[in-house]
Amino acid sequence: MTESGFDIAGLEAGHRPVSEFRYEKRPVVRGYNDRTLYVNVGNGRIAEKPVSADMRAKFTGGKGYGLRLLWDAVNPSTKWDDPENEINIAMGPVCGNTNYPGSGKSLVVSISPTTGIPIDCNVGGYFGPFLKFAGFDALEVQGKADRDVIVFIDGDDGVVSIFEAPGEAVDSHVLAEQMVAMFSRDEKDRQHISSVSAGTGAEHALIGCLNFSFYDKRRKVARLKQAGRGGIGTVFRDKKIKALVVRYSGLDVSSNNPADLAGLQETGLKLHREIVTLDDQQCRMREIGTAHLTEIMDEYDLLPTRNYKFGSSPDSPGLDSHAFSAMVTHGLPDGCWYGCTMACAKAADGFELATGPYRGHKVTVDGPEYETVAGCGSNIGVYDPRVVMELNFYCDTYGLDTISFGTSTAFVMECWEKGVLDSTRTGGLEMTWGNGPAVLELLHRIGRGEGFGLVAGLGVRGMKKYFAEHYGADPKLLQDIGCECKGLEYSQYVSKESLAQQGGYSMALKGPQHDEAWLIFMDMVNNRIPTFEDKAEALYYFPMFRTWFGLQGLCKLPWNDIEPADNASTDEPAKVPEHVENYLAIYKAITGNDLDRDGLIRQSARVYNFQKVFCIRMGKGRRIDDWPPYRMMGPVTVEEYESRADRYDKQLKEQVGIDPSGMGTPGKVAALRAYREDRYEKLLDAVYKRKGWTREGVPTVETLHDLGIDYPEVLEVVKPLLE
Amino acid sequence: MPSVKRLASDSSKCIGCGACMTACSTLFFKVDDPARSCISVTPSDSGSKITVCDQTCRLCVAECPVQALTVSSQGVVMLDRKLCVGCLACVAVCPIGAIRHYPGSANPFKCIACGACARKCPTGAIGIVVEERS
Ligand code: SF4
Ligand code: SF4
Repeated sequence: MTESGFDIAGLEAGHRPVSEFRYEKRPVVRGYNDRTLYVNVGNGRIAEKPVSADMRAKFTGGKGYGLRLLWDAVNPSTKWDDPENEINIAMGPVCGNTNYPGSGKSLVVSISPTTGIPIDCNVGGYFGPFLKFAGFDALEVQGKADRDVIVFIDGDDGVVSIFEAPGEAVDSHVLAEQMVAMFSRDEKDRQHISSVSAGTGAEHALIGCLNFSFYDKRRKVARLKQAGRGGIGTVFRDKKIKALVVRYSGLDVSSNNPADLAGLQETGLKLHREIVTLDDQQCRMREIGTAHLTEIMDEYDLLPTRNYKFGSSPDSPGLDSHAFSAMVTHGLPDGCWYGCTMACAKAADGFELATGPYRGHKVTVDGPEYETVAGCGSNIGVYDPRVVMELNFYCDTYGLDTISFGTSTAFVMECWEKGVLDSTRTGGLEMTWGNGPAVLELLHRIGRGEGFGLVAGLGVRGMKKYFAEHYGADPKLLQDIGCECKGLEYSQYVSKESLAQQGGYSMALKGPQHDEAWLIFMDMVNNRIPTFEDKAEALYYFPMFRTWFGLQGLCKLPWNDIEPADNASTDEPAKVPEHVENYLAIYKAITGNDLDRDGLIRQSARVYNFQKVFCIRMGKGRRIDDWPPYRMMGPVTVEEYESRADRYDKQLKEQVGIDPSGMGTPGKVAALRAYREDRYEKLLDAVYKRKGWTREGVPTVETLHDLGIDYPEVLEVVKPLLE
Repeated sequence: MPSVKRLASDSSKCIGCGACMTACSTLFFKVDDPARSCISVTPSDSGSKITVCDQTCRLCVAECPVQALTVSSQGVVMLDRKLCVGCLACVAVCPIGAIRHYPGSANPFKCIACGACARKCPTGAIGIVVEERS
């Protein structure tokens, strides 16, 4: 046994080499390596690939590179568990600089088990930046291994190896520690090791996530950030990968080799100072991270409550950010990458687990982030922060997405309430609102691959099918209350009162995640985008703008979770104009190339439209796929309508032009629904038009040509749909 | 009881000659440049304002993600350039601007209470003190 408590020598004795690849180490030049790494865990092939000038010009980096490589790897009939499916991790030119807050993101893409189309996640941790400084702008992992393997990229020595690893743990909180202990040369070296892993849950559920580690020197623990959405962890375990590990020990300001270090430092320092002086009056990210949002969402009736039926609850104060603030350790530099003074990656230390295989262990629990508080809290009726923390911990270590797990569990609970499920069907679990112990047990059953855990692990779309086929449940009801679109579970905002957000969610290419557009305040609270055209413009600009973070390896949070003191008095405060200027400045400082606002949007628009066509190629991505379940658009049930009767009656009168007095609630529900669905159709028309797509949601040849992505293989996908 | 060694200053005695800045920047950076001195003397309404690290608030030590800033046994906040990744978070959190940064250089710099400047001050406006702290 070593100091780490693991028998590293024993684990290493079980390793069996599969293949090894040596490469020439070269410094990064102005943010780019211009080569990518290909690893096939099925046949052991490892190779480097040059990045063509065209690829760099059209796809920029990060998600653009990941998608381009994925497109070339798969075909229209590829399923998530086919060997040709890939997990691609790509960075982008800005990624890895240590000066501008939020610059350490990796972008992960794969064909998703729950949607069948490309999924993309933006994740922190050290893996991506270290991989870049090891010499590669992207890592492409293809093939399926027969036995559990680890891929190790030694960026210090220029060696990539694959080896069988039968003894290592699967659950991430143990495995990440084992990787640090195994690959670091001494204690100082621990911060130079980062791994990607999933967990036992990802072996049994389609909603698996990946954990990217970052070693916390002060806590002396390998912490985890999640590439959560769309089941990439499931693909990872299906490929029998236990871990991808990278070592890079030479980090300093020259690792990313910027064209103009002084310029980069100046812009970085400006934002650092803004964060340090204004954060405690704005979002309190440094204190409690995104969990500060819970009480705000509750106040605005936007906090998902009982499967998005309601937007607030008298019990919500139980999940107030101060409850979590009391649990996390304060005063530590909690950035998920160096130089992020926003430091939102909070953690509670010495948290004693009350259930499951690690019961009694004292662990460091990340977060929780707002999405987890809402998904594994209010949306399932759980208001005990310790239960939320425990769910957060186990989801992470089992490699499960807290958002999909939360939304799936909320669906299970409503199905229980409606009598679709009972304890014979759940294997004895009483899935009533707020039953924390039952939810934890459900989670452990997913971890063990047992009984109803396997059903819940299918995610909402899988369960809808299962409940209709096996239990004779009404498919229409399941469609109305099952909060998924394209197969991806919704993230945690109530979008009923914001038409623009309904579009932001369900038009999002990968499925309903708010990272394309979050327009609720602009639309509903401040009423700044009243017309269909205004909303369409917002649903053009923000998804394009936000796509850019993914091309560069940036975090979205330092864009608008901190704002310059005078932001409100600018002409377009929602865009945070000064921060947009910062982005143009750091892009230039790093790459040496000029970029203006239009150029930024163009970089994004190319990749965005490419991804859209990719979705169509894989069989989704048309108008019908952008249709939300009615729960996300308005009140499905009498109970929901009556809970906000004054609001809805007023809308019927003022917006729909129907006098509700004397009408029964079911009639009012139906009238409101007809109105809202019609409005959503009109929104689709306006947005598609603004994006340069047909009424069916297909990019036109002109749009593709104008963006310079009218490659023959791209046109081949859209042409039959344009005739 | 740990002690703190620091550079104490009395700006009422300062005549703004800048000898301290010359001494500091010449010692550490081999140039005579006030922008590269750990101590800075600027004109103020009442004569001169002396800015230098007081070694006690230690906000920078808490902020550094790689623990490149540590407190020495003499109570001096020291920077280990080998560990520093140049993020400049320390520069941003310093309430008085005593961790300094020269544009384009890899790491920030700060006063380590060596006393070289004090030896050059003609009026005794600055001097090294060692204080006991509880
Ligand atoms: S704001 Fe938070 S998530 Fe974003 S880079 Fe910083 S620590 Fe990471
Ligand atoms: S610039 Fe260097 S010393 Fe200062 S906080 Fe960053 S890593 Fe630490």
